[in-house]
Amino acid sequence: MLEINDLNVHYGGIHALKGVTLSVPEGKIITLVGANGAGKSTLLRTICGLVTATGGSIRFEGRELIGLKTFEIIKLGIAMAPEGRKIFVNLSVYENLLMGAYNRKGETEQKRDIEWVYTIFPRLRERTAQKGGTLSGGEQQMLAVGRALMSRPRLLMLDEPSLGLAPLLIREVFRIIGQIHGEGTTILLIEQNAMAALHIADYGYVLETGKIVLEGTGKALLEDERVREAYLG
Amino acid sequence: MDVTILLQQFINALSLGSLYGLIAIGYTMVYGILRLINFAHGDIMMMGCFFAFYGIFMFSLSWWASFVIAIVLTAVLGIMIDRGAYRPVRNAPRISALITAIGVSFLLENVGLVVFGGRPKGFPRPEFLGTIHELWGVRFLGLLIWTPLVTLLLLAFILFVVYRTRVGRAMRCISFDMETTRLMGVDVNRIVAITFAIGSAVAAAGGILWAMKYPQINPLMGIIPGLKAFVAAVLGGIGNVTGAMAGGLLLGFAEIFLVAINPDLAGYRDAIAFAILILILLFRPSGLMGEKLPE
Ligand SMILES: Nc1ncnc2c1ncn2[C@@H]1O[C@H](COP(=O)(O)OP(=O)(O)O)[C@@H](O)[C@H]1O
Ligand SMILES: [Mg+2]
Repeated sequence: MLEINDLNVHYGGIHALKGVTLSVPEGKIITLVGANGAGKSTLLRTICGLVTATGGSIRFEGRELIGLKTFEIIKLGIAMAPEGRKIFVNLSVYENLLMGAYNRKGETEQKRDIEWVYTIFPRLRERTAQKGGTLSGGEQQMLAVGRALMSRPRLLMLDEPSLGLAPLLIREVFRIIGQIHGEGTTILLIEQNAMAALHIADYGYVLETGKIVLEGTGKALLEDERVREAYLG
Repeated sequence: MDVTILLQQFINALSLGSLYGLIAIGYTMVYGILRLINFAHGDIMMMGCFFAFYGIFMFSLSWWASFVIAIVLTAVLGIMIDRGAYRPVRNAPRISALITAIGVSFLLENVGLVVFGGRPKGFPRPEFLGTIHELWGVRFLGLLIWTPLVTLLLLAFILFVVYRTRVGRAMRCISFDMETTRLMGVDVNRIVAITFAIGSAVAAAGGILWAMKYPQINPLMGIIPGLKAFVAAVLGGIGNVTGAMAGGLLLGFAEIFLVAINPDLAGYRDAIAFAILILILLFRPSGLMGEKLPE
């Protein structure tokens, strides 16, 4: 579904991605783990067209994404819950969800999807009229994921959804990721929390300073000596 | 002050304040989403007046047809200015955009001087706006009543767009976080263009009402109302539409009533606005209704 080939990204003089090759087959959960500063967010931001690649290709269902504008890429069926949640603090929870459905027509369909998001995240229903800025960290993360779901994406990309959450909430977030996947959405999950991510992923990649250093099924990586040492402690 | 004079001044202040407010709305909307002070805004208003003027005198259109066409043309002009001047520097440091805005302002004024000529031109007034009404012994132009009414209508329309439509929701998101708004699949350039179109159209409407009041126009007529509308926008809390209108009204009332109370101040009328600007920047930079936005 998503094929990334020899992708290079530079920030001025910094070579942030050095020939990354990665593939996300339809219907799977793929995870990319790596330490802080490895270039994980850069990869997602490049897929979305927020950062310009300096070389390589990104194909989504056969179509080259490099060179497209962000809104054109999103319209193809990709959604991202960005690092740091980036909730619209000045909009209500309900309006935040509507923003996720920006390019979808049909009010009744949108209402139905908001209902669907509320059944996944019952907490959001209680907060529907509240401003996004008044939510707790965990609720904001749920809103960020719910907002991304509102576009009914075929590929959902999550950038560190467990960051800054209490352990109990982290479990809840991963359970929900599994549930969304179960309903048929392909997922590219980025995590520093390698243990949890590799547990639910079909296939994983390890990124170190802009390079993929290891890849394999989630299970194989969990058992890999180097991964255990570096990321699982 | 007796009641008649009070009422007279009230009507004057209401219509003057409405005009400041109408022009301030364009400033505040553009600033709200781009953090750009569009210094050419007063000149865009001036262009609207000339479009209306030539519609009537060169193309012999009826006043209402020429006003509508002028408002549409001014909206298009606003879009073109964004496209040609501001979009190329959108990712440059903010000071570049500010300097560009000042450049656009000089450009419009000087092109105006060359093309339209510097001599003031009399601006026509439809008959019903020129008739004198009398109420409790107060005599006033119909225009002074119509101005606040038209203003109210336009304000309601803009508030509806900003708070009740999908495009307005996108505008509010851009003002908070342009990048995340892009992630929602919003074509940000399109929303910015719509913002310029609405701001410029409303400025043209305000400008035409302004022109009918004096009733003459010249290529430099946008400067003073532009500056005062800027003060009104800052006073109300720049970025906030309702605030811009409130700031405009407050400024209109301050000018009219300070002069009414102490006629010696008449010569300082224009200075009042700038004194207010200095005070607000010193004591309450976010304005009266401004919310503190995260950087
Ligand atoms: N906007 C930017 N400008 C310059 N350097 C950046 C920018 N964003 C990220 N970087 C650098 O690129 C590298 C990868 O960053 P990032 O993709 O955020 O890593 P991760 O998400 O894995 O923590 C880091 O060294 C970071 O400092
Ligand atoms: Mg990151």
